[in-house]
Amino acid sequence: MARAATTADAFNAVAEPRRRQILDVLAGGERPVNDLVRLLGLAQPQVSKHLRVLREVGLVEARDEGRQRMYRLNGQPLKPIHDWVKNYEQLWTERFEALDELLQELKDKEAGDGGSDE
Amino acid sequence: MAAATSSGTAVLTLPTDTQILIAREFAARKHLVYKAYTTPELIKRWWTAKRGAMTVCDVDLRVGGKWRWVMVTEEGFEVAFHGEYRELVPNERIVHTEVFEGVPSDDDEGVLNTVTFTEADGRTTVTMLTEAHSREVRDTIIESGMEEGLQDALDLLEEVAVSLS
Repeated sequence: MARAATTADAFNAVAEPRRRQILDVLAGGERPVNDLVRLLGLAQPQVSKHLRVLREVGLVEARDEGRQRMYRLNGQPLKPIHDWVKNYEQLWTERFEALDELLQELKDKEAGDGGSDE
Repeated sequence: MAAATSSGTAVLTLPTDTQILIAREFAARKHLVYKAYTTPELIKRWWTAKRGAMTVCDVDLRVGGKWRWVMVTEEGFEVAFHGEYRELVPNERIVHTEVFEGVPSDDDEGVLNTVTFTEADGRTTVTMLTEAHSREVRDTIIESGMEEGLQDALDLLEEVAVSLS
C-alpha cells in the first residue's frame, strides 16, 4: 500500500484529467498526435507535454509510422492502482461475506427463540 | 454458506477527493446488522475477514466512548485501529473516528466514519462513508494513490483491465 512519494509514477500521471482523457482515447486504439489534438480540443504543445509524462511512466508507447508518430496505451503501469483499490475492496468484500454467515446464524437463533421480533 | 444470504460484492466509490464510500446489502433486518457491528463477540466473527484473529476488541458503546480493535494476521503482522464514538442511533447510524496505528501522525483524530443501516423488505443496506477531514490525513491517503479523480481512473481501468489479465 505504501509507496515512494515520487512524481514519476502512474498514480500521479492519471491524477491529471486531460491525461486520463488521452488514455481514454488511446484505450480505443492507436492514434497519431493530430487525432488527440482534434479530439481533446487542446493545442499540440499541451498534448505533447501530457504525452511525454504518460510515456515517462510507461502508460503510453510510441512508434514511428512513415512521417507520423503513433501513440498507444500500455495498461500495465495502472495495475498497482487497480491492485491497491481492489485490495481494499476485496478486504471489505470478505468481511461482508463473513458478516453474511454471522447474520444467518443470528436470524436462525432469533427464529429459534420464538420469532420474538415479528 | 447459504446462497440465499449472499447479496453480492461491496461497491466502492470515491464521491469526493476526501471520501471513500462502501455500500452493501445484507439479507437480514437492521437490528441484527447493528448488533453484529457493535457487539465484541460478533465483531470478532467478521471484521478479520478470516485473515487472522482479533486479539483486542474493546467497544465502549456510548457517545464519547472509545473503541480499539487489534488483529494479528496469519503472517504475524499486528494491525491496530482505535477511535471514539461520536454519534449513536441504535439500529440506524454509527459515527466514529478511526485511527490506523501503523501510520505515525500528528493527527490523532484520523478519519471520520459514518455507518448507516437502512432496512427495506427485511433486507438491510449498509453504507460506510469514510471522510478524511484534515489536510494531513488527506495527504496520507493521497500517498496511497487515492488522488483526485481516481474514480475516473478506475472507470478507465474497467475498460483496460481486460488487457491486464
